[in-house]
Amino acid sequence: MCNNPNRITSERKLVDKRDLIVRFAGEGGQGVVTSAEGLAQAATQVGYHVQTFATFPSQILGGPTWTQTRVSTSHVLSAGDELDVLVAFNREAYDNHVSEVRKDGVVVYNSGDFQLEDDGKSFGMPIDDLAKSTGNTRAANMVVIGAIANLVNMPQKYLEQFVTQRFTRGRANDQEIIESNIKALSLGREQAASSGFSLGTLSAAKRPEGQQILIKGNDAICLGATAAGIDFYTGYPISPATTILVWMQRNLIGPGKFAYQVSSEIESITSILGAGFAGKKVMTATAGPGFSLMGEGLGLGWMAEIPLVVVDVQRGGPATGLPTKTEQSDLFACMHPAHGDVSLPVIAPGTVEECFYAAVQAFNWAERYQGPVILMSEMSLAERAQNIPKPDLSKLTVENRKVYQGSNGYMRYEASGVSPMPLPGRAGSYVANGSEHDPTGDTTHLPERHVQMTERRFNKLKLLEDGTYEGKNTQESIAVMPWGGSKGPAQEAYNLLTEQGVPIGWYYTMYLNPLPPKLLEELRQKELVLVPELNYQGQWASILRSHGVKAEAITQYTGLPFKVRDLTRRIKEIVKSSQKRMVGV
Amino acid sequence: MTAKNPEYDFKWCPGCGDFGVRRALEFAMSDRITNKEIPMENNVVIAGIGCSGNLVHLLEGTQPYGFHGIHGRTLPIAMGVKMGQPDLNVVIVAGDGDFLSIGMEHIAPQAARNLDVTAVIMDNAVYGLTKGQSSPTTELGETTSSTPYGKLESALNPLDLYITLGVSFIASGFSSKPRDLAKLITAGMEHPGFAIVHVQSPCTTYNDNYEELKGNPKKGIQPLLWDIPEDHDPSDYTAAYKAVHSGGWPLGIIYRNTDRPTLNQQVEETQAKVKVKTPQQLLDSYDI
Repeated sequence: MCNNPNRITSERKLVDKRDLIVRFAGEGGQGVVTSAEGLAQAATQVGYHVQTFATFPSQILGGPTWTQTRVSTSHVLSAGDELDVLVAFNREAYDNHVSEVRKDGVVVYNSGDFQLEDDGKSFGMPIDDLAKSTGNTRAANMVVIGAIANLVNMPQKYLEQFVTQRFTRGRANDQEIIESNIKALSLGREQAASSGFSLGTLSAAKRPEGQQILIKGNDAICLGATAAGIDFYTGYPISPATTILVWMQRNLIGPGKFAYQVSSEIESITSILGAGFAGKKVMTATAGPGFSLMGEGLGLGWMAEIPLVVVDVQRGGPATGLPTKTEQSDLFACMHPAHGDVSLPVIAPGTVEECFYAAVQAFNWAERYQGPVILMSEMSLAERAQNIPKPDLSKLTVENRKVYQGSNGYMRYEASGVSPMPLPGRAGSYVANGSEHDPTGDTTHLPERHVQMTERRFNKLKLLEDGTYEGKNTQESIAVMPWGGSKGPAQEAYNLLTEQGVPIGWYYTMYLNPLPPKLLEELRQKELVLVPELNYQGQWASILRSHGVKAEAITQYTGLPFKVRDLTRRIKEIVKSSQKRMVGV
Repeated sequence: MTAKNPEYDFKWCPGCGDFGVRRALEFAMSDRITNKEIPMENNVVIAGIGCSGNLVHLLEGTQPYGFHGIHGRTLPIAMGVKMGQPDLNVVIVAGDGDFLSIGMEHIAPQAARNLDVTAVIMDNAVYGLTKGQSSPTTELGETTSSTPYGKLESALNPLDLYITLGVSFIASGFSSKPRDLAKLITAGMEHPGFAIVHVQSPCTTYNDNYEELKGNPKKGIQPLLWDIPEDHDPSDYTAAYKAVHSGGWPLGIIYRNTDRPTLNQQVEETQAKVKVKTPQQLLDSYDI
């Protein structure tokens, strides 16, 4: 196996020994996902930082799937561009992904499935046969992880520790499973060792300070909602929001709690309207198609003033679009989902950690202004596993709506802003009305009432102007301002550009509506605000322009996240040409 | 609320069946307050869109809570209220257009869940508020503003639909008999599970069928309404099925199945079996 001189003589080095990017590609069911997640779990156990990326076909079994795991000694911003290692489970995967392997990278392929001519960077191992020889066919992912560990000299004890912990589940066959998995790791190691390939040594992990958790974006939203005191969840299965429904059905249980799969997204939104009216803290989660169905109900929530949270986990659109790919193209829809004069609060987290805090804040906003709040996530965040500092629940601020405590005869909608909400079962009965209404909630068509009530509803948004934001190099006249999941790649690009001396500032907030007023003021002073976003129309840039900001979008609409190198190049080009333009003026 | 709120200017046409339905609901709710010694605020009336939905604003006397939402969605709104606060008495008021056309998709799932709410459906076989279009219960061939050359769809038999979908309490009433109707609504409220009281409530402007319903011996018109005999056993599914297929409109309790648990009961039973985790325990499960 070692008769190729290239392999032995050239000690392949990690370009950056603090960072390892591995892609697993193959067919659904071959261990593509479990390998990526297994590597992430193993690496975080010993103190590395990780981030994964996953993209699936929209079918139950099979179909081309790939996942990526980036392991680093410091905080990871994106899943990474160029691959150090590609694990190709079949020929199609090799053909489709080999071009993304960096010059000195290595390809590990499944020689049980196909054979390759020697290309100087690849070695094969019969993944399934090796797994089978351990007596545990499900250990294929451990064969792969063992090989990768050997390529970067990761100590065997790290992995054995991980395997022991993971499979100690209090079952009779625990020991058997642990031993077969450790054997699988060793077999993978041996294969990599005898191939002669090496990528050097990944620097030892520096364990992050404080307890960390490894979690995906959708789970972080669920935990945030739980921390904020969610009582009631209804939902309908839809990629990539289904995992939120599944989580809630399992965990939102106990006295006063309720989670249920209803018959459509129309039932989701209207049942949480009913429960919100009854005094509960409520949420539903969906993706574009379901969100479209919720438009009328969201308008009702705004009109009748009912606190609720709707999560839109974006996928590619429109219509059925790209159910399992990522895109940021629902922003226009989220800002104005309903007919009539409506402006809904929108919070769009950009990282897995922000998913948690955004969910808490979405509930706080809903309770505070008594209306619907949209929490926008996206497929790449939903399925991204990342280590984040463990939130301290005792330090969270959790808000509850003002509840009416008086006697009957209350004018629920009289004040010019938010007013205490009566709860059914107690004194203070009124009609929560989706028609224009008078202070008691009765329907009215008087012009002065429509003016009064419209202004009341918009006045309440002023309560939500407490959003925070990031600003760096704010003296520069050109700034980059991503939103949502494009934050990570944009931040990595920004860091590279400022290292290179490109004069550029940075702004970011997850509070898209209402925008923090001071941030808007700053943005309006800029010559140019560049907005990297995953849609064709440049939706956020367009909204910023409507706010009087000179914004220009950097768009991509492939169904995949930005690559850092593309973003870096495109930002640099625009900065250069606008500098020329400014000098010319 | 008309008496105390002059700003509210909605009116039903003279002779509208919905007046009688309103009286019946007022009787049923006040009887409930007296008998069970619970305040009116324990009642929530979820209204659909259309003439009938305005009932929620026209109720006289002590006021229940109301929710006047969007077209066709009374049932899922009611589900949210009931599953959020199981102790409330939740009543739906909606018309045949709201409940049986745009809202049709919500009947089957609530019947399957046996959601413990009571729906009072006012059927006038026409869209009145939009001025006389055909509804699911409009007869085949009938001329309306939206079927100028005659309706091309056969009329839905709502009672047959309810029994087929497994609604656990089905009653049929008439708006001109508010005392009798109140008894049916009360029985629906007392029924543990999904109750529908389907009411013939004529529209005097667009579909005045009082004469057809009550009959007119002078003109030789046989009444469509007939009283369900006292020996009818509502727990007998076959008898109930027969009653809804005997022609005309039976009046009384057609079907009542008290063997099925309600959704609230099932949730309670499930919760008793499951170990509840605190937010902190859930968070801890992600520790590295």
